[in-house]
Amino acid sequence: MPINYIYSEYEIVRNSDRCINCRACENQCANEAHYFAEGSENTLCDDSKCVNCHRCVSLCPTHALKIIKNGNTYKDNANWSDRTINELYRQASSGGVLLSGMGNPENYPVYFDKLLLNASQVTNPSIDPLREPMETKVSLGSRPGEIERDEKGCIKNNLPPQLSLSMPVMFSAMSYGSISYNAHESLARAAQELGILYNTGEGGLHEDFYKYGGNTIVQIASGRFGVHPQYLSSGAAIEIKMGQGAKPGIGGHLPGTKIVGDVSRTRMIPEGCDAISPAPHHDIYSIEDLRQLVYSLKEVTEYKKPVIVKIAAVHNVSAIASGIARSGADIIAIDGFRGGTGAAPTRIRDNVGIPIELALASVDQRLRDEGIRGNVSVVIGGSVRSSADIVKAVALGADCVYIGTAALLALGCHLCRTCHSGKCNWGIATQMPTLTKRMNPDIGYKRLVNLLTAWKHEIKEMMGGMGINSIESLKGNRLMLRGVGLNEKELEILGIKHAGG
Amino acid sequence: MKKVYVNEKWCLGCRLCEYYCAFAAAGGNDMAKALKGVKPNSRIKIEKHGDISFAVSCRHCKEALCLRGCITGALGVTDGVVAIDHERCVSCYTCVLLCPYGAVSPSPEGPAQKCELCVKTTDGSPACVKGCPNRAIVFEDRGE
Repeated sequence: MPINYIYSEYEIVRNSDRCINCRACENQCANEAHYFAEGSENTLCDDSKCVNCHRCVSLCPTHALKIIKNGNTYKDNANWSDRTINELYRQASSGGVLLSGMGNPENYPVYFDKLLLNASQVTNPSIDPLREPMETKVSLGSRPGEIERDEKGCIKNNLPPQLSLSMPVMFSAMSYGSISYNAHESLARAAQELGILYNTGEGGLHEDFYKYGGNTIVQIASGRFGVHPQYLSSGAAIEIKMGQGAKPGIGGHLPGTKIVGDVSRTRMIPEGCDAISPAPHHDIYSIEDLRQLVYSLKEVTEYKKPVIVKIAAVHNVSAIASGIARSGADIIAIDGFRGGTGAAPTRIRDNVGIPIELALASVDQRLRDEGIRGNVSVVIGGSVRSSADIVKAVALGADCVYIGTAALLALGCHLCRTCHSGKCNWGIATQMPTLTKRMNPDIGYKRLVNLLTAWKHEIKEMMGGMGINSIESLKGNRLMLRGVGLNEKELEILGIKHAGG
Repeated sequence: MKKVYVNEKWCLGCRLCEYYCAFAAAGGNDMAKALKGVKPNSRIKIEKHGDISFAVSCRHCKEALCLRGCITGALGVTDGVVAIDHERCVSCYTCVLLCPYGAVSPSPEGPAQKCELCVKTTDGSPACVKGCPNRAIVFEDRGE
């Protein structure tokens, strides 16, 4: 047997005074970390199989379990961390590219946490949202540059198609295949109840979900999986995915093991065949090419649906956004480097892209400077974690935000970051029938509705504090923000003053 | 009347319903204390075969065969809930044999036992329903 260089990352601690050997931990762990040997007094565990997903901890009826970080350590080294050493060992034994799930967990600055919001005091008094009306509704789409009149002098309706949302939040693209049918149903039902939109991702739209079309964004990515005219016309908007925050510059790869049954049918590819989305769209090599695709999609849908172009936040994001704003797209979605994924090469996820806060501020400013901000709405994503992040994003210039990771957390995800294993114990990032049934959409959709209802209240409270009664008045209102612990350059890019200034 | 219903589609076979049931019957406020080292004595039972699992408990039939077969009148109906009077039960287990669902079983003490919708427990509402992590067991009035 070869030497196993990597010691278990976590330790499962079982309080044997409290464990009643009900074996719920055993039958709920798809990684088989818990087991019961006949004749033994206690349920046993194999720490090396634990991914720290907390399924057992959450279900243990006597609270007998906890997972702790394994105390086993290599010799202290500020340069070679335990994680770096383990990853190197893993590659030395496998020869493969490291894969990871969910967003970049590394210790880069989180600019949202360095922004503080304003509140009014004596002048422009604050508003109590429980007593006074407060508007969180937003419209997304291109705004006409000027008023047009007919020969009688009446105003012509030259408004391009708009998306109407009850609050500035949408569920970001997560494909059926990368997440389960039940997770998709939860998102779709929640979007319908909340009056917002969810996004199919690049996996096509399951036939059962066409009824949620009014609350669906259908996505087209480089693999073109599941795309046909009915699909394109069934949603409220079409999104062209050029890039993803978790893995800018590379495509996608859904392993054949997840392409089973309905997933295969919905994607229109054979069962067991890997779904590989190429890094580029093979028909897009310039903004002019992108414009062709935007208008092809508009033609197919008779100019009734807004077209979104989604890009990853990278170094020259504002120049790219400027091109997109001239391509005929109605909405630009920008995904920051913290954005989630079902699977990405670890090195790409952790080292490519830029923070969404900086990308948003520079894109908004660039589009304003060029006088084309009205051409498009700007949606941002890539780790929007709370209602405060939303308020800050809107004040920085976003029209709306995408939430993906936050939505999955509401569904039970514990950020164990092993989505790529296909054995999600919470029934989200898996296609195994025994696991997907753990995600009961009746519970899931309600939890999503609860989360966003709570966020909506909080957004109103924060706006009220600033003396603002409509989200439109907050949009791009950077005077409502102050920075803490930021240098001159960061403040300049964010377009805000330092706290106290 | 409100009854306990099980939806096989969402049953995970985790058996937590059995333990919450046994805990409710045992009483007390700490499950670890109540069930540590004890073989759980539950009125609801998971039937499992391969990937299919299903919790089985009393359906409180309108025409309850257990009740009809009871030789001492220990089984009775109160507000639709079929219950056993342990004082009168002589442990002949005719009810156990008659129940077509296998929902009546002998208790460790002798008398027959079955789900009584937790009406006699401290909480007063079915513990299996509360304990189910996936809402596979529900307490609903379906007009039956």
